[in-house]
Amino acid sequence: MTLKYLLEKEFLQIKRNKFMPRMIFILPFVALALFPLVANFEVKNINLAVVDNDHSSFSARLIQKTASSGYFHLTRTTADYQTALHHIEQDDADVILEIAPGFEKNLMNYQPAEVLISTNTVNGMKGGLSSMYLSGIISDFSAEIRAKHLQINSILKANSLEIIPRYDYNPHLEYKYTMVPAILMMMLAMLSGFLPALNIVGEKEKGTIEQLNVTPVSKFTLILSKLIPYWVIGFIVLTICFLVAWMFYGMISAGGYLQIYLFAAVFVLAFSGLGLVISNYANTVQQAMFMMFFFVITFIFLSGLYTPVSSMPGWTQTLSRISPLRYMVEVLRFIFLKGSNFFDLKWHFAALCGFAVLFNGWAVLSYRKTN
Amino acid sequence: MEKVIVVENLTKAFGRFKAVDQISFEVEKGEIFGFLGANGAGKTTAMRMLCGLSIPTSGKALVAGYDIRTQPEMIKKNIGYMSQKFALYEDLTVAENIRFYAGIYQVPEKEIAPRTQKLLERLGLEHEKDSLVKSLPLGWKQKLAFSVAVFHHPGIVFLDEPTGGVDPVTRRQFWEMIYEATDSGITVFVTTHYMDEAEYCDRVSIMVDGKIAALDTPANLKKEFDANNMDEVFYRLARNASRKAD
Repeated sequence: MTLKYLLEKEFLQIKRNKFMPRMIFILPFVALALFPLVANFEVKNINLAVVDNDHSSFSARLIQKTASSGYFHLTRTTADYQTALHHIEQDDADVILEIAPGFEKNLMNYQPAEVLISTNTVNGMKGGLSSMYLSGIISDFSAEIRAKHLQINSILKANSLEIIPRYDYNPHLEYKYTMVPAILMMMLAMLSGFLPALNIVGEKEKGTIEQLNVTPVSKFTLILSKLIPYWVIGFIVLTICFLVAWMFYGMISAGGYLQIYLFAAVFVLAFSGLGLVISNYANTVQQAMFMMFFFVITFIFLSGLYTPVSSMPGWTQTLSRISPLRYMVEVLRFIFLKGSNFFDLKWHFAALCGFAVLFNGWAVLSYRKTN
Repeated sequence: MEKVIVVENLTKAFGRFKAVDQISFEVEKGEIFGFLGANGAGKTTAMRMLCGLSIPTSGKALVAGYDIRTQPEMIKKNIGYMSQKFALYEDLTVAENIRFYAGIYQVPEKEIAPRTQKLLERLGLEHEKDSLVKSLPLGWKQKLAFSVAVFHHPGIVFLDEPTGGVDPVTRRQFWEMIYEATDSGITVFVTTHYMDEAEYCDRVSIMVDGKIAALDTPANLKKEFDANNMDEVFYRLARNASRKAD
């Protein structure tokens, strides 16, 4: 049982490393406590410049409604559009709301009242969303006015269509509920991929790996001794993440935790295997880092972690199948938010097993005790 | 005498460059065989092949009766190896390092602790048992590395420039340890470029440009080259080398 001695040594080294045990706790903690708040696609605090050419009580009410919506900060009130545009150029404002002269009069006289929305779309998402919010507020406002003051005929109202959306599994469309499971998996992938790769390449640089290669220890045992510690660390990281999700966001999995651990066990094995494959080809820590970054980043972007896989171009959708992260992110979102069970996800499990076998088999085959 | 290493026309080429070029020699059981040569002469490459770390391009060799090409893992069971680079784990203690290597060479668990104790007493390192290896001075590290390499009682021990960067007194002590090891029947295969150390060997071979230029006892070599010491022998042979030292 040489494995016992190899494992003993790995755990001693991890324990003695001043940096690693702390990182294992701090990284998932900070990542989950912070990232879902930051990586948030809800747009808030939009700076609004207003050009009010009407100076009526209606226009004042519209401005007040906008400012109190929670999305906008009224930063500038300018006399003309040119000045407002200048503020956008200076980055003092993101959106211009220009109210045309005769706004109130037109509204009262059943005429179309004119409002101009002009948005800085350097950040496309922010620009798009802010003009959407603003038009929402304006149409809301006009509906209010018409209902209250104009007593518009009830026939029109009865004909208008109202859609009541029902959001399943994430009723408040909270972005963090989508992000927490995804970020959790990203952390797990990073730690379980990088650590074993850096460990082996570190031993290569120090020359201790050569000393091991000249011993009778089998390469299978050697690789197992590098996998098992990071597998254990993976479970610790996952548990910390679940605790943080519960403490900070009150999130509890809708499906069984045991299933998640089962999937994660295979997933960690797959990513550690990838790390080991890379360590067999890299000669320096620097090379290993770069290769690992390449794969981890590619896998993250193909995983649908940030953007839904279904909105990717066709060929990258196909390509996303080679990202183990894609399966795991889906699994976690399904189990955590939807409460899916193992049998719903059996093909995901099969895919993850495939990756684990592929990467670890490759790692064993490409490891050379003799060159 | 029993031959523990038999090498015939062993060659290792990297592309068109022949690091080791058709070398042949034999090493007998229990002798100290010095493997000399300038930097870049091919010593380490040859030794790595004999340890089963590197596959030869052509030629053959038997180490402890096993073929280096087909049975490298059997060879690894029967040899000890101390590399040029210091290869103990700096972040483990003295005792942990010994336990680790003893364990992977399958020394029975019960024997490890008492043998470790005895070894540390002999080295005078009892008080350093629980110190991290990185806190030891280089000379002690080297002695410890050698002791670890022979801890599992291998038939042959390969030492690759074991005394590099060590002071003369420690080098002397190191060689005493080597002699002690041969007394218990271990064959020592050692590379060095300190010529005074060559005098301590039973036989030496001198490699020049990947080939063995001379092989005999130090006394015979000095006679043959009409030299006062091994330094002169080495200069006469290495003077004509075409490879630049690195």
